[in-house]
Amino acid sequence: MTTSTSEPAPQMRAVLEAEDIQRALTRIAHEVLERNRGSDALVLLGIPTRGVPLAHRLAERIGSVEGAHVPCGSLDITMYRDDLRLKPARGLERTELPPEGIDDAVVVLVDDVLYSGRTIRAALDALGDLGRPRAVQLAVLVDRGHRELPIRADYVGKNLPTSQRETVRVMLHELDGRDAVLLSNGERP
Amino acid sequence: MITHLLSAADLTRDDALLVLDTADELALVADRPVKKLPTLRGRTVVNLFFEDSTRTRISFEAAAKRLSADVINFSAKGSSVSKGETLKDTALTLEAMGADAVVIRHGASGAPHTLAHSGWINGSVINAGDGTHEHPTQALLDAFTMRRHLGSLEGRRVTIVGDVLHSRVARSNVLLLATLGAEVTLVAPPTLLPVGVEQWPCAQSYDLDGALVGADAVMMLRVQLERMNAAFFPSAREYSRRYGLDADRMATLPEHAIVMHPGPMNRGLEITAQVADSPRSVIVEQVTNGVSVRMAVLYLLLGGSASALGQATDVVEDVAS
Repeated sequence: MTTSTSEPAPQMRAVLEAEDIQRALTRIAHEVLERNRGSDALVLLGIPTRGVPLAHRLAERIGSVEGAHVPCGSLDITMYRDDLRLKPARGLERTELPPEGIDDAVVVLVDDVLYSGRTIRAALDALGDLGRPRAVQLAVLVDRGHRELPIRADYVGKNLPTSQRETVRVMLHELDGRDAVLLSNGERP
Repeated sequence: MITHLLSAADLTRDDALLVLDTADELALVADRPVKKLPTLRGRTVVNLFFEDSTRTRISFEAAAKRLSADVINFSAKGSSVSKGETLKDTALTLEAMGADAVVIRHGASGAPHTLAHSGWINGSVINAGDGTHEHPTQALLDAFTMRRHLGSLEGRRVTIVGDVLHSRVARSNVLLLATLGAEVTLVAPPTLLPVGVEQWPCAQSYDLDGALVGADAVMMLRVQLERMNAAFFPSAREYSRRYGLDADRMATLPEHAIVMHPGPMNRGLEITAQVADSPRSVIVEQVTNGVSVRMAVLYLLLGGSASALGQATDVVEDVAS
């Protein structure tokens, strides 16, 4: 779970530092290539907010390994959330598909934290309205467990066993000025 | 928090920009293979139209359907209203059917306000035009169209021409454009400017040619012959000479300026066919944009547990999981 509070609470400790995140993304890039035997027909879609810069970083790494351009975009899932009616309506984020579209592509969804799995469920619904990919895979920087739906990630940066009282916060250079994954010690800030 | 959209003045700058930004995203839905979002599934939107309308009713219907809401269309003609049923009894009937939102157009100014504050219904009320008072979603779609062509409206010059007296479009536009920082000039013969117009947040002029110089957008209003029970101008020919937009006048506009009209047009009266069909005219685009803007309004009012409009600007814990 990430929160939009700008300052990390004092009781949060870093479980991944900048170099760990770099290494994890490089490894995931290679795993994606290995599993799909190259970058043909790959499309990376980041889920806002923090999945988007992660998707761009992954696309760049995959591209530089293969020497090819990997299409990359973003997929806003707000309108497909199952908890829409539990909270006040909120503004939408960008959905930007690469011009190639997603029909017949292998779409890799990219998000920062995998938790209940509900975001990914919503993302699958959203994808279904946008086209028909040949396959959909999921890459996450952190898998913190506590799934509420039968969903799993294909590529995981770090498995992070947590208690549900803890808070996981991903900070990325593009949005937060630094790269880190922070974990609270159980007291909600 | 705003649960009803009754007047363009209800919207703060942040609210208006939220609607326009949301509409920007929702406009993309029109280009997708499946032009539908599941967001308002199971919600009921009633279009309650006591006055004739083509584009507004169809636009609201399309917007609600694209968000998967159930739509009930009610027009006064052919309903119990023609047997003398009151607004109250009609409203109670709709409430009994479980309307989550009522989109109302009524010939009497203030009817949406009465409906919203009477306690007859619990749902959101959206004003789709009341008498000569307001038409807030039209102002939003006009602002949306201008923003697409001109960028930010801050400091932009908008000239609104014609029958301001009978125009709910003009009033809502003046209020919204002032909120968004645009400079509005109303141009009309003295007989077609309402009493008290000098207190509106805009300039007034009787001279169209002067007001076209340096305008970024020109909005021509329909001459509302059906509301004219007195002689407001000597003849249609004279009106069209002094206040109509023809090709010669259009040529005096800056290169980037756009020509708008809320429709339906009286071709040959306030606007010539040549201008209406020119590449500078964005009249058809206004209709397209109407659907996106109304989707945004319906989503922001009905999509969550509470309306997103009229909130303090902070809020929203971003829960990704």
